[in-house]
Parts: sequence; structure tokens; C-alpha cells
Amino acid sequence: MNGNDSLVRFVNIQKSYDGETLVIKNLNLNVETNEFLTILGPSGSGKTTCLLMLAGFEPATHGEIYLKNQPINRVPPHKRGIGMVFQNYALFPHMTVAENLAFPLDVRGMSKSEKTQRVKRALDMVQLGGYGNRQPAQLSGGQQQRVAVARSLIFDPDLVLMDEPLGALDKNLREQMQYEIKSIHQNLGITVVYVTHDQSIALTLSDRIAVFDDGIIQQCAAPDVLYEQPDNAFVANFIGENNQLFGTVVEDIGDTVKVDVNDGHIVEAKKVKVEGIGSRSTLSLRPERVIVDPEPHSLPNVFLAKTKQLIYLGDHIRTRFSICGTDDFIVKIPNSAVHAAISEGDEVNIGWKAEDCRALDVWPCPTSHL
Amino acid sequence: MRRRGWFSDRPRVLPSPLIENFLTMPASPAKPGGPLLTADGMPLKTSLERSLKLSKIRALGLIFPPLLFLVILFVIPIGSLLTRSVDDGLSNKVLPKTLAAFERWDKTSEPDESMFEAVYLDMQAADTLDLSKLGTRMNYEKSGWRSLVKITMRGLNRIDGPPYKPAMLQLNKRWGDIEFWQSLGAMKDPVTLGYYLKAVDLKYDGNKNIMRVKKHNRIYQMLWWRTFLVSIIVTVGCLILAYPVAHLLANLPLRLSNLLMICVLMPFWTSLLVRIVSWMVMLQQNGVVNDSLVSLGMLHDENRLSMMYNFTGTVIVMTQILLPFMILPIYSVMKTIPPSYMKAAQNLGATPALAFIKVYMPQTIPGVGAGCILVFIVAIGYYITPELVGGKDGRLIGNLIAHHMQNSLNWGLASAMGAILLIAILTLYWVYDKLVGVDNMKMG
Repeated sequence: MNGNDSLVRFVNIQKSYDGETLVIKNLNLNVETNEFLTILGPSGSGKTTCLLMLAGFEPATHGEIYLKNQPINRVPPHKRGIGMVFQNYALFPHMTVAENLAFPLDVRGMSKSEKTQRVKRALDMVQLGGYGNRQPAQLSGGQQQRVAVARSLIFDPDLVLMDEPLGALDKNLREQMQYEIKSIHQNLGITVVYVTHDQSIALTLSDRIAVFDDGIIQQCAAPDVLYEQPDNAFVANFIGENNQLFGTVVEDIGDTVKVDVNDGHIVEAKKVKVEGIGSRSTLSLRPERVIVDPEPHSLPNVFLAKTKQLIYLGDHIRTRFSICGTDDFIVKIPNSAVHAAISEGDEVNIGWKAEDCRALDVWPCPTSHL
Repeated sequence: MRRRGWFSDRPRVLPSPLIENFLTMPASPAKPGGPLLTADGMPLKTSLERSLKLSKIRALGLIFPPLLFLVILFVIPIGSLLTRSVDDGLSNKVLPKTLAAFERWDKTSEPDESMFEAVYLDMQAADTLDLSKLGTRMNYEKSGWRSLVKITMRGLNRIDGPPYKPAMLQLNKRWGDIEFWQSLGAMKDPVTLGYYLKAVDLKYDGNKNIMRVKKHNRIYQMLWWRTFLVSIIVTVGCLILAYPVAHLLANLPLRLSNLLMICVLMPFWTSLLVRIVSWMVMLQQNGVVNDSLVSLGMLHDENRLSMMYNFTGTVIVMTQILLPFMILPIYSVMKTIPPSYMKAAQNLGATPALAFIKVYMPQTIPGVGAGCILVFIVAIGYYITPELVGGKDGRLIGNLIAHHMQNSLNWGLASAMGAILLIAILTLYWVYDKLVGVDNMKMG
């Protein structure tokens, strides 16, 4: 990945609002042409600040942002040529839909015939052909959303920024719209930087996801990599569901480590981010990677677990076990023809492979699962 | 109702065909085309009305005191004002015979004995108080009537029997002046528009034709124009001053905007008189403004500006006093405009100035409209400021109304002018509704 070919480069960006705390600590991020990059993070993690700096509404305190290899720190927002979809859509309420779409063309002094043609094309693209003369308030949330997307694209920007544009929609509409955004991205070949706190949207839409927390990028990778191979405990915890066990490293065997989980159980896990023997570690294990009642001696990690709770969810049964000192160990048992039949209070053996269990750093807030 | 009942019963497991039935069923089990019925067969509308009745009564109970207040202190006075402005019943009550004789008269020849007799009999029969009131009323039509009536009242018992004409002419020779007789024509109807005409420098002649009053008596038309002019200047001035302040108020950080808000509201908490007097200190010939300009050498001592007791003073002080009425509605509208609109406009390629003009300003129209209407309406009837700092050419129609209420006691004319103000304001409101729409207006 040659940095100079990237459409956008954040280089050593730092941002502070009050001069006392850094909202963005040290951001280095490249956005490639035609890429769909999502910045994912909890609220207050600084992800929207990144977007505002890129759009030009917030100055970077330190560092430089390059767009097509041009530094843009001193370029005012209206000269950056970056489209943006706002969280509340920001459709101008005193203009009709067509006037809203024509606004960026008006300010660029485009001829009337080309304007009409482009507005028509844009409306057709988002399947709102007959809606040009409506006021934005007369449209439903999803339609307004589409107009906002169309407006951000109508002047052919190099880059489109989206700031949680689906946040205000209900669940069904949100799913439908995310597929529409994805297909627009694929059809038009545009570059999108998308900001959200919703991991399912991020996983669905993105080519790459930058997981943001505490002012730094925790990991930036493709969705599958992020889910399967999290670099640290925060990412493991933030993306998808995750079982955590806490312990001390007792033995280092090349690729794997042995970790003494609090009550004396030794778990073998893949060495990802541990500091060495004697250090604390979080073991991260996806609920669907746990095998109930495994063949004896087939797995390095097999423990006797007590069934605490069973929740029937149709395609799988969510089971909560008490194991290795935690009461909150979740296993997803697929509802297939030959799944293990267990009931509450049963004691069963459960086990997992060493490579499915990742030994990570200690994350300061280890209790939350979601 | 039934659907709701079903939803609240939800935990009970229903066989699926039944669920489907409920979902596809109309809201009530009525025959198609018939009125909707509730579960126990009562028409849905009756049931709805019954269920809302109590809350309606409660709401009525809550609005009753203010409604009563409004009727007693607003509707009735306005009604009496409108009545008074057209009421001219007194002359018919006091001088019935005279007016009948006036009808028979050809309006040009010298009045004959029968007319003098009618006047004598009417005045003989009249109540003294009514008669003196009438004298004042008649004086509006032709000055001299009041003293003529008074003199005649006093001399009435000296006349003993017909013929009355020479006797009355002897009492006062004005009875022979045909113009006095002719002026009765403007009083013969119990309802008159005379006060309205007078309020715009018109009057009736003896045959009830409308004509302009003599040139040197025309004051009202000029005053109306001046009042409108002052109101418009004050409104525009307030708008220009208020818009940036409101924008600051809406966009500053909370702590600073609260401080600024206190500064805006401070005048509201200060007595009107104190504010006007402090303006007098500022603006008079030896006031702060003139002294400063002279001491800075920008003004020669002999050419001190006169900013008081004239048009300028009225405009300056009224603008300051009415400013909060403009700031608050605009502020309240600006407060609701999310900053994302300006960002979006700039993001789409508009310079900040263009974004402000094309995107921000149109959205503040409801507040601007409300502020302008509010300031204009208050300004057009303003009284106290012009009274104190207006001097001769800063007086407005409000001062004339007060004058006629307090000094000349011509309540009919004062009422008519009040009614014209009311009509002007209602017209303005109607025009505003047509142009911008009252629904759009946001007072605060």
C-alpha cells in the first residue's frame, strides 16, 4: 500500500478542543480510491471529529490531512469538493427536493439544462423520480435519506463522507438503506468514509473498518479479519459477541501461551498481544467456536461447565455456562439435527481449539460483553 | 378498541387462524357500510364523545377565568369603542323638533320662525347636562356652537312666547348666521361616520357630502403618515440591530449567551420612564452625545445636533425600547436551526456568505416576520415616548388620541382614531398572512 496513491491521508493528526485533553491522539490513516472505509467506535471516541476535520469544519490541532496528495488543512470547506451526508440529513426545509439537489450545482454556476438533467438523473438513481417538487418535510425518513445521499453525490465529489446517516431510521428501513448505499457505492465507484457506532452496518458495508477508541485507531482491517483476528481486547469486545477469561501467563510455547485463569485452570491460547510470562492477559473466544461435549483428547482446552441458562433463539440456542471462575460464558449451540441436548443445571464438558482463543492485552473495562 | 384489547391479552397463546382473522378484520365488527360500532354495540362516535366529554369540561373550566377576563376587559371595551366612534344619537334625543324642522328647510334661504320655535321648544324641554354635552358635540361641526348654546340656555327664560326669531336673534346674532343652521345637517343621523372623516381631515357639509377640511385645519393625515413612517423606520432599525444580536445569542456558548440574554432583557426590567429620561440625558443639546462630539472636535460648539424633542429623538428612543420585541422572536427561531444546515451548504460548495443568505436567512423568516409585526404594531400605537421626547414634530397619532381622551374630551374622535389603528393592524396582519402565512409566525 503506497501512501502516495491514497486518496486521503491523515498524517500524525492530533486534535484538542480545550487545549487540555486530546480527542484524537495520533491518527495515521489512508483512504484508498474507490474504497468504502468505516470509522467505527463508541460515542465520544473521536470518530465524528475525524470526519469534521476531513470536511473542513474543524481544524486539526497538529498534523496534516492530504487529499489527492494536496495538503488541505487551509482549504475552506466549500473548496474541498467533498460530499457529506449528515446525521439529520440537513435537507434545506425551505427548498423543494429538486432545489435541494440543484443547490450544489447552482453555486457552481452550472447551466440550467445541465442542472435539470443532473437533478433528474440523481432522482432516478435513488428511485424518487416523481418527487422533485415535494418539500423535504413531505417525505418519509427513508426518502429524505435518499435525497441527502443523492445531494452529496450530484456534484461528482472525489469523496463522500457519511456521518451516521442511518441512525434515525427504524430497523427494517436501516437494513434496506444500507444495501442501497452499498449498491450505489459499487455502481458509481465512489470513495466513501462512513462513521457509525453500529457494528452490523460497518460489517455489512465496509471494505475496511477502522475501529476507533480513546482517540486512536485500535485496528484497521477488513471486516472478516477484524472479527476473526482482533488485535486487542477492545476490538475483540467491540466487534461481535465475545467470551472473556482473565488470567496470568504461565508458559510461553512459541505460537501459543498457557494462561492460568483465576481458579487454577490452565488454558492454552494463541499468542497475540501478551507481554510475557507473569503478565495479565484477556483471553477472547467467540461463542460459536466453543464445542459442547467434544471427543475426548481432541482439544487442548476441555473443561467441565455447569449450565446456567438456555435461551431458545430459533436458529441457535444461546447457552450460559459457569466455567473457569466466570458465570457469564456464552456458547451458541446451533439448532441442527444432531446438537447436544442439555438442560439447565446439567454439567457438561466444553472445549475449544488453542487458535480460536486469543490471548490479548488487559482492557480497562473487562465486564461488558456487548 | 378490540385490537387494543387483543394486544393487551397478547401473552395468551391464540391459534394462528384466529390471529390472522384479527389482523385482517376491520377495526370493529360492524356491517360493511354501516357506522362503526364498539364491542358492546354502541356507535363509535358516541362512545368517543362520551370518553372525551370529561376532559372537554375540564379544559373549559380551565379557560373560563381568562375567557371571562378577556370578555370583560377586552371585547366589551373594544365593542364600546367601536360603538362610540359612530354614535351620534345625542342630537336626535335633545333636538328632535329642530332636526325635523331642518329637514323641511331648503338649506339656503333664511331660517323662518318655525325653525326658531322648534329650537326654543327643544331647548326648553332638554336636560341641562345633555344640552351642554350637545353644545360640545355641535362645536365639532362648527366652532361657536358651544358658546351659542350656552348663551341661549342662560337667556331662554327671558324669552316669553312667540315670535321666537327676533328674541333669539337678540340673545345672540349668530342665530342669524346660516352656516350654523347648515351645520346641523351633519348631526341629523343617529349613526355617523363624521368622527372617522374628521380623523382623516375630511368632513360632511350640510348636505352630507364629504369634503376636505380647510387647509390650515388639516393635521390628521400628516400625523397618520408620520406615524406610519416612524413605525416603519423603527421596525427596520430594530431588524437591522436585532438580527446580529439574535444570531450571537443563538450561537454563543451557553454561559456567554446567558449573559448576553440578561443584557437584552435588562431594559425590560427597567422602568420605561427611567429609560426615556436617560435617553434625554444622552441626546439633549448639552447631553452626553453632543458633549462628546464637541470635545472630540468632530462638531463645532454652535452646531450641536438637536436629537431631542423632534422626529429623530422619537425614532432613536423607540428603536431602543422596542428592540427586545424584535430580538426575542428572531432568537427563538434561530435557536431551532441546527448548525448542520450551514455546514451542509458549505460542504455543497457555497461560500459562508452565500450559505448564510441562501440557507440560513430564509429559515429565519418566521422569526423576522413575527418580530416585525410585533414591533410595528406596538410602534404604531406608541404614546409615552413621543409624548416625552417627541416635541412638536415627533408627535404621533397615539398622542392625539390621548389628547382627545384627556383634554378635548372628544371621545368619539378618539374612538374613531383607535378604531382606524385597529383596522390598520388587522389589515397588516391579513397581508402578512397572505404573504408569509401566520402559521409560520413564531413569537417565542
